[in-house]
Parts: sequence; structure tokens; C-alpha cells
Amino acid sequence: MDILVIQILNSIFYACILFLIAAGLSLIYGVMRIVNLAHGSLYALGAYVSAWAIGTFAVGAPLWVLLLLLPLGAIAVAAVGALIEPALLRPLYRRPEEYQLLITFALLLILEDAMHFLFGGVPLTAGGVIDSMGTIRVMNLRYPVYNLVVIVIGVMAAVFLWAVIYRTRFGVILRATSQNMRMASALGLNVKWVYVQAFALGCFMAGLGGAVVVPAQAAVLGMGVEALILAFVVVVIGGLGSLEGALIGALIVSFVRTAGIQFFPEIELAVLYLIAALVLLIKPTGLFGRA
Amino acid sequence: METNSARTGPSARLIVACAIPILIVLLALPRFIDVYQTQLFTYGLIYAIAALGFNLLLGYTGLLSFGHSAYFGLGAYSAAFLVKYFGIGSIEIYILVGLLLTGLVSAAFGYVCVRHTRIFFGILTLALSQVLWTLAYKFFWVTGGTDGLRVAFANLTLLGGLIEFKGRNAYQLFAQYYYYYVLFVFCVCTVLMWVIVHSPFGKALQAIRDNETRARFLGIPIRRYRWIAFLLSGSFTGLAGILWVPLNGLVTPDILYWPFSGEIVFMTVLGGFRTFTGPIIGAVVFNYLKVYAVASTAYWQFMLGAVLVVLVLALPTGIVGTFSRLFDRIRKRG
Repeated sequence: MDILVIQILNSIFYACILFLIAAGLSLIYGVMRIVNLAHGSLYALGAYVSAWAIGTFAVGAPLWVLLLLLPLGAIAVAAVGALIEPALLRPLYRRPEEYQLLITFALLLILEDAMHFLFGGVPLTAGGVIDSMGTIRVMNLRYPVYNLVVIVIGVMAAVFLWAVIYRTRFGVILRATSQNMRMASALGLNVKWVYVQAFALGCFMAGLGGAVVVPAQAAVLGMGVEALILAFVVVVIGGLGSLEGALIGALIVSFVRTAGIQFFPEIELAVLYLIAALVLLIKPTGLFGRA
Repeated sequence: METNSARTGPSARLIVACAIPILIVLLALPRFIDVYQTQLFTYGLIYAIAALGFNLLLGYTGLLSFGHSAYFGLGAYSAAFLVKYFGIGSIEIYILVGLLLTGLVSAAFGYVCVRHTRIFFGILTLALSQVLWTLAYKFFWVTGGTDGLRVAFANLTLLGGLIEFKGRNAYQLFAQYYYYYVLFVFCVCTVLMWVIVHSPFGKALQAIRDNETRARFLGIPIRRYRWIAFLLSGSFTGLAGILWVPLNGLVTPDILYWPFSGEIVFMTVLGGFRTFTGPIIGAVVFNYLKVYAVASTAYWQFMLGAVLVVLVLALPTGIVGTFSRLFDRIRKRG
């Protein structure tokens, strides 16, 4: 019973991270129709920047300093995104989508090595955050408080994104551009600027995912490549371009994965990919996607 | 469409006139380069077979697969299994069994994947290929996990046991004979692919690529044609995987992981996917590029990524496309 509660909490924690990554991926696809293969690497970049900032500036600093430094990764990744969009993606919107996919693959290669160059080959952690927050009792077991904080951050991020997209003027502009880019442009919207903002926002989400995961897991090389595939599974199940889909998909993936690790560890990942393939077959637009 | 494949193409006499000198150079090559260079070029030819197969889907059918590592890896693993569990050393048996297996799996995956096009096709091929990756990765008691499986060249035989590699200089002999073996298979594959893309079937694929609706009006069974193209494409790539194992000596799950699919796409685009020879040139060049990048810097991925960015932004038609355009311009002037 205790284990079950802990496992459920772990699943939700993991779902929050996955949601942050997948929501960014989905947002970028929804607005710009680009499948960003470098998205996982941007998540890894967020993790590295946060871990580096905490490890360099705040060894032994009080908790509130650590928590203030943590979002640095997300902000840095958003800035990188705001540079990438005009430099690499903008020249390609009129070209076949093969090229868009390829340029994001090139970006993945570049980012992976840029992180290797900047942060070295050793894993970086920000374990100080998790240690100084301590644990609480859940039934008869101890559970890190930080994991609960991440769950709160995940829920807040979901609410925030939903509010931005459905309740603000910027959200209306985003949705209009997503539905019909030419018409939005004809109505006087600065579509180029909307694209920069949308891409940066998507990158911010990925970076935030990396920033909040890094106290719990070390930032290592190759974590982005792995995360991207899981984020793919999430958005394929939920529907590319759908926010609700990313949320439900993240929950499904993380619960299946936790159960998988417990009961059928060998085929835990294979089952996820098969679920994704099955969803694509039966309902290609995903559970919440629109054609 | 301004493509070489859509044109009637050069005359048969011109092709033969170009192919024969190239073939002579390739045949004489091991006399002039050392063992290492011979092996390097053999790798290039093997990747060329994979890219040739891949391009039947991308260049001729208009479907971008991001999961071709699956078929390459499947071919490689089937050969490794034959070594580990049956002690078989004959490359012909590897090819026979491996082709059967990759053919079956690409038929099954293809049947599923061709229900979609564009980005969904890409994601579906990617997801299915990763199923194989996790299986190879997790079932370590069967596949050796990340340690992989060894395929030693010393136990290999070519031509049904006629050629063995034992005793002194075995390695040099292997490098030489294996080069000629791969060259032969490569030539057969190239001719076969040429026949396929210039057959009515190949023309139908190009019609589907250029305008699906019109192709359907003409009565072309689109889904079935795409499926057959997928099957052929996967089998070519699988064959490349089979040939790759004895040369590499080791197979690990890395060749099933999706970045390797990205490398196959990279090769094809590097050479130019709108031409027949593009993938071949691209694969050979990519192989050198990667080997020298890895040898000269720890940050070889960065280099490859930068090359890809330049390629996509400035030279989207690849090496062959760029050169043929230059050639046309010079001829017009002259």
C-alpha cells in the first residue's frame, strides 16, 4: 500500500516533467507545423544550465537562492530559442518539411556537442536543492518534499499555459496564426514575431522541464535524445498540437512506465512505442488532436 | 518538376561509357591504397547500399522515413545471431536469412506505416524502429545488451566456403576479398535499383510522389505501391546491415537507435535525394566526413551538424545536384 502511494506520486512527478517537454513540442508544432527534433536537447540544455548555475554560484547558499537560480535554465533556453528561430528555421518555412526536420536534426547534433564543450563530460547535479528541502512522511515511508514541489510546478505550468492560450490576447493571436498563417498575416499580425515568441515559449517549457528535473536527476550527455523520444510518444498519444493531449499523454506514459518498471521491465519502453504506434493507426490525430 | 529522375535521363550508351571507367577504378583501387583505406571505402559502399534503398522511399516515393536504422540493425543482428546461436560462418547464409527477416519485418512495419504520409509517416517509422532498439537494449541475455555481439572475421567464409581467412596475413586478405565481395553486391544493388526506378513501377512511384490525386485517377493502387516500395527499401537497407557486421566485427544497439536513422537521411541529402547517384556519393562522402571528424576532434557531432546546416540552407540539392547544375551552366555558356 505504501509502495503504491509512492509509485503514484513518482508517476505524477514524472508526468509533470514529461508534460513540460511535450507541451513545448506540441505548442511549436501546433503554431509553426515544425516537428522539433532538437527539443530534447533543449530540455537537456535547461538541466545543464541550472545545474551549472547552482554548482558554480550557490554552493552552500540558502534554499531561496537555489530556488531563484533554478529557473535560469528555462530562461537561457528560451533565449537560445529566440535566436534559433530567425536564424535557422525562418528561411525554411516555404520549403518541404523534410528540410525542416533535417535542420532540427542538425541542431540536435550541434547542441549535444555544444553542451559537451561547455559543461564537460561529467554529470552535473543540483542535489543540494533536494537535500535542503528534506523529506516528509507519506504513510510509513519518507518522500522528498522537492518532488511534491515539482508536481505543484507542473500543475501551475499547465494552468499557466492554458490561461495564456485560451484567456489572453496573445493566445488568440497564437491560435489564429496556428489556424491560418496567411489570414493572420493579412489581418495585420506580425507573424514573424509570433513565431519567435511561440518558439521561445516552447523552448522555455523544455528548459523548465530540464531545470526542475536536475535536482532529482543529474544532467548527463544523451539525456535529451532519450527524452525526445518519450516526448514524441506523449504527443502522438495525446495528439500533436494539443495541450490537453500533452497532459493526458504525459500521465498515460508515466503511469505505464512506472507500472512497466515494476512488472515487466524488459519491454517497458517497447510497450510505450507500441501504444504510440497503435494510437497513430487507430486515430492518427491522437486522442485530442484535430485533423 | 525539375528533377533528373523526371527527365528521360541520359542515353544507355552514355551510362555505360561512364560506368565502365568508374568500375575499373573501383576494381583497381585496393592495389593503390592500404588496408585501412580499403576498409574505409568498403564501409562507404555498404552505407551506399543502405542510402540507395532509403532513397527509393524519400527521393522516388516522397516518404521521409526516420526509422531506417531498424532494417539496418535487423540485418546486422540476424547475422550476429546466426554466428552466436548456430555457429554459421557463411556470408551467403547471412544474406539469405537476414534478407528474409528484414523483408518480413519491413513488410509488417510498412503495412502499418504507409497508411500515413508526411510527418505522421516519419513519426510512425521512428516509433516502430525504437521498439526494436529497446528489445535489443533490454533483452541483454539474448542480444548482449550494450556490449553487443561479436562477429569475428576469422570464422567468416565467402562464396559458400570457398574463401576462408586463416593463418598469417588473414586480416589483409579479409580486407581485400571483402572489398571485392561488397563491391560486387553493391554493383548488383545499383543495377537492380536502376531497373526498379526506371520500370513502370518506379515511374508510378514518382507519379505518386508528384501528385497523389492524379496518380489515383490513373488507377494506380497507391497504398500497395507505397508498401512495395517500403518493402524493397527496407530490404536494401537490411542487406547493407548484413554486410556491415563482419566488417565492423561487432553489433551494438546503437545502430538501431534513432540518431543512426538520422545519419542515413543525412547521407542521402548530402548526395542529393532528387538524383539516382546522389545517395551513393553522399554515403561515401559522409563516411569519410564522419571518420575524419571523429579522428580530428572530440566534437565531431558539432561538425556534422554544421555541415548539415550549410547543406540545408545553401545547397539543398546536395553534392550531385549542385554539380550537375554547375555542369549545365558551363555547357550552356560554352
